[in-house]
Amino acid sequence: MTDAPASAVAHSALAAAVRRWRARLFGGVLNSLLTLLVLYLLARTLPGLVEWALLKASFAAPDDRVCQAAGGACWAFIGDWFRFILFGRFPYAEQWRPALVVLIFAALLLASFARRLPARALALTWVAGLCAVLVLMGGGVFGLTPVETDRWNGLPLALILAVGGLGGGFPLALLLAFGRRSSLPAVRLLSIAYIEVARGVPFIAWLFLGLIVLPLFLPQGFDIAKLWRAEVTFILFIAAYLAEVVRGGLQAIPRGQYEAADALGLGYVQRLRFIILPQALSLTIPAQVNTFIGAFKDTVLISIIGLFDPLQDTNTALNDPAWRMAYIEGYVFIAALYFVFCYLMSLYSRRLERRLAPGRG
Amino acid sequence: MSDARTGPMIELRHVHKWFGEHHALNDVSLAVRRGERVVVCGPSGSGKSTMLRCVNRLEEHERGQILVDGIELTGDIRHVDAIRREVGMVFQQFNLFPHLTVLENLVLAPVWVRRMKRREAEELAVHYLERVHIPEQAHKYPGQLSGGQQQRVAIARALCMKPQAMLFDEPTSALDPEMIKEVLDVMVELAQSGMTMICVTHEMGFAREVADTMVFMDRGEIVETAPPKEFFAAPKSERARLFLSQILGH
Repeated sequence: MTDAPASAVAHSALAAAVRRWRARLFGGVLNSLLTLLVLYLLARTLPGLVEWALLKASFAAPDDRVCQAAGGACWAFIGDWFRFILFGRFPYAEQWRPALVVLIFAALLLASFARRLPARALALTWVAGLCAVLVLMGGGVFGLTPVETDRWNGLPLALILAVGGLGGGFPLALLLAFGRRSSLPAVRLLSIAYIEVARGVPFIAWLFLGLIVLPLFLPQGFDIAKLWRAEVTFILFIAAYLAEVVRGGLQAIPRGQYEAADALGLGYVQRLRFIILPQALSLTIPAQVNTFIGAFKDTVLISIIGLFDPLQDTNTALNDPAWRMAYIEGYVFIAALYFVFCYLMSLYSRRLERRLAPGRG
Repeated sequence: MSDARTGPMIELRHVHKWFGEHHALNDVSLAVRRGERVVVCGPSGSGKSTMLRCVNRLEEHERGQILVDGIELTGDIRHVDAIRREVGMVFQQFNLFPHLTVLENLVLAPVWVRRMKRREAEELAVHYLERVHIPEQAHKYPGQLSGGQQQRVAIARALCMKPQAMLFDEPTSALDPEMIKEVLDVMVELAQSGMTMICVTHEMGFAREVADTMVFMDRGEIVETAPPKEFFAAPKSERARLFLSQILGH
């Protein structure tokens, strides 16, 4: 093989590749028909799409009329309003702070995904990271200009809501799941009632209720920012969904696992921590990620109570008379932004499932 | 305390248990000495497993007394914990923890229940894996092992708690025939080392080889208790005779 001419090697490799692809795409009548159908659909749509998105697109233009004259997509709008879509009304000169916050979140998520750090170090990293996020956003210390929460807009807002909602919702969900399986009737009924009521009402209704009802439970004169009311509502809402996911996992654990733990003398908490929960949680990764992705996308609903998520920022930017016609480009950009985050979650869950796979018999 | 040292290791006194209407254990009395090997047999549904599971309170008995090492099993959770620490159990379905490696399966209880140092617990685990002849499997997951290997890991896991007595609940019933011997061999070695054992099993060859006492149960009652020689040669009760003819007949 070593003294064969390089071209011959390349040739046989090419032939093998051709054979492989022919078998994959045209192996059988149905397969061939499907391949032809897909090719036809691609031929019909792809050229137009490329023409619109790339060939005739305007990447720099003063307004949407110039774009329209060119006949393609108006990416110039994104270029012009990029910072507003991502950071909203955060003071312009200070926008390096929310940008840094997004980077911190990205780093925290990457650190968690890589699974290199031991659990305790990772937890500490998260605490430190979240403190840094709050300091950067709010300011008021280390010479940073204070910025009120109403101006925490766009991507950092969505990330704070989502991460806070999942971080806060998860422990509550565990409590609810165990509560619903408790042998104490009062605990069980309370958990069931909570889960059913929380799930049975649309999230938007809860957002309004949270806005109005939450302050009623707080002492007089103690005002809590709209953002944190939304965050609390979000946590309470997600917890109900996650609780049912976790309960599904708990029910899938065979009785023998409980008995083996009992027979070894493990206590209730140890049994839960080392035997039951790890299995229940890894069994339900797909459903958990499903809930996570849904929750992350639900953050766009907060615009209904006047908080500015990236979608609301985009709508605001589209009020600019120069770019009234660029709404498709704006929404495509937002769609891509959310897709990237959701797809990353999905990738992570697949990796996690593979990693946990050898443990299953 | 002197009573606990000299008295029976495990004692059941007039134990009753019901599952709804079904009288699962009917006035069961049994005393197991230190170092004694008891094999329990009988038709399925006769209460063998239920009796075994009452000894470490996986089931609760409703009447009578159960004493392990002089400690009475009551609702008192401290007594239950104390007894579970001293009594190891091996299940029909192995019940290994599938998300943990073999070594982690073995180390978990010594570290968290016995408060042993992890390194010591690992040395202990390797020691017992050698005793069940699979030290090379320490870093695999249970799902990667054969049934016979899994059951031997389960035995090692119970032994890592250094129990005073071992309960075996049909340990070979879920195994393919060619794997039964490797598990029985380990159990014979354990019996020869002087461990107090109660085994629920249909393996009559094993019973002949190691049992000090045979217990025959039917319909929730202990029908017959006898040394194996007598039991196999001339069972006193008609029910035991019938059972033996069925199980040894083919």
